[in-house]
Amino acid sequence: MSNAKDSVSRTVMVALVLCVVCSVIVSAAAVMLRGKQQENAINEKKFNILAAAGIEVVDGDLEAAFATITPKLVDMRTGQFSTGEDVMTYNMRKAVKDPAKSRALTSEQDIASIRKQSLYSTVYLVEGEQGIERIILPIHGYGLWSTLYGFIALESDLNTVAGLGFYEHSETPGLGGEVDNPKWKALWPGKKVYADGSYAPAIGLIKGKAPVGDLHKVDGLAGATLTSNGVTNLVKFWLGKNGFAPFLTKLKAGEA
Amino acid sequence: MSKTREILLGPIFTNNPIALQILGVCSALAVTSSLNVTIVMCIALTVVTAFSNFFIALIRKHIPSSIRIIVQMIIIASLVIVVDQVLKAYAYEVSKQLSVFVGLIITNCIVMGRAEAFAMQNPPIPSFFDGIGNGLGYSVVLLFVATVRELTGSGTLLGFEILPLVTNGGWYYSNGLMLLPPSAFFVIGGFIWLLRNSKVDQVEPVEYKLASHTK
Repeated sequence: MSNAKDSVSRTVMVALVLCVVCSVIVSAAAVMLRGKQQENAINEKKFNILAAAGIEVVDGDLEAAFATITPKLVDMRTGQFSTGEDVMTYNMRKAVKDPAKSRALTSEQDIASIRKQSLYSTVYLVEGEQGIERIILPIHGYGLWSTLYGFIALESDLNTVAGLGFYEHSETPGLGGEVDNPKWKALWPGKKVYADGSYAPAIGLIKGKAPVGDLHKVDGLAGATLTSNGVTNLVKFWLGKNGFAPFLTKLKAGEA
Repeated sequence: MSKTREILLGPIFTNNPIALQILGVCSALAVTSSLNVTIVMCIALTVVTAFSNFFIALIRKHIPSSIRIIVQMIIIASLVIVVDQVLKAYAYEVSKQLSVFVGLIITNCIVMGRAEAFAMQNPPIPSFFDGIGNGLGYSVVLLFVATVRELTGSGTLLGFEILPLVTNGGWYYSNGLMLLPPSAFFVIGGFIWLLRNSKVDQVEPVEYKLASHTK
């Protein structure tokens, strides 16, 4: 009798019953909470976009604040708006992993160390009565430890920075992690991306403090040279000729 | 009643899982750079330990000894996944910061240790309290570490500014080491030292003997 619970049939039975019970509980929890989780993920993305654009959320009403924003798909090969994918469901981060939906970058092109780039990018237009007021572009690239994901917002002249923010990174807290410092982020608005007539981005970080009145340079992050270089590179890449420069040119000329 | 009290409160100082048994130190290093995240982690671990103890104790007489560790793992893993899902739904910000560490509760030695050492031999209710007690013991250490680290590393507590930082126009130079995981070793070491100063019986006998001087 003492060995009854250790018999093979009993062992298999216990294992089976336990697995079934546990899997039912786990799947029930996952299914019941999925809606709420997806809502959270979408809200977070909207919140990041709004934060980059410098739009304030009034009384936590995300929907109202987001109402002025229209997502649009840009074909990175032509620099024009595209309807090649459904903009509401398109996910850039998933597309990068799909060889059919992304393109490899040569080492010369790939200054942001991202290796592959999705063919379409989702950009967000803030539209007012006079047309486009601001445009929010997704950016990402490698820093010191991790890929930094964020947004940069440009004013209607498509040259002046309206805001910049990263929503995901694992840089060193207190050093590279200072990319989240509101004081540092506040240095960005007003900077010009391109010098006159050129479409090679002049914007970037410099070591130490940027000279007062400099239109293109932002203070580097103290003690975080590699993260600073990473931020410079990713901004230069995404606003450069393999990034959004062709699109911005066309948008300005009214051909997008 | 006094037995329940002992089971519940014993692990907090007299038999602390981190300070005395040196279990579960890995997550104590990883999640203690801010107090807010630490509190959620403590609640998550306490809930998981309590319920895994409860369920394992409930079926302890039916668990075949050949697969008993696997059975314990399945119960613990299921509970952790449920907790992770709940956090993702209702505490999204914090769950993002905790990232993999909620999942790693599965491998936390305290949970496994209590299941194997206590829940396998005791009825469900005392096991449940044992889980709560050990969760509290873990929490006491983590909260202490997180308080020290957040205060000295960021000059804040729960995100509120206590020591104004130089970078924000204050006077306090933050200690960057405190924001990195290794600093938790020092703080845990300090905690153990403080604890063993008041509870001398926890001091381990020295394992070596000084050789006498030779000429």
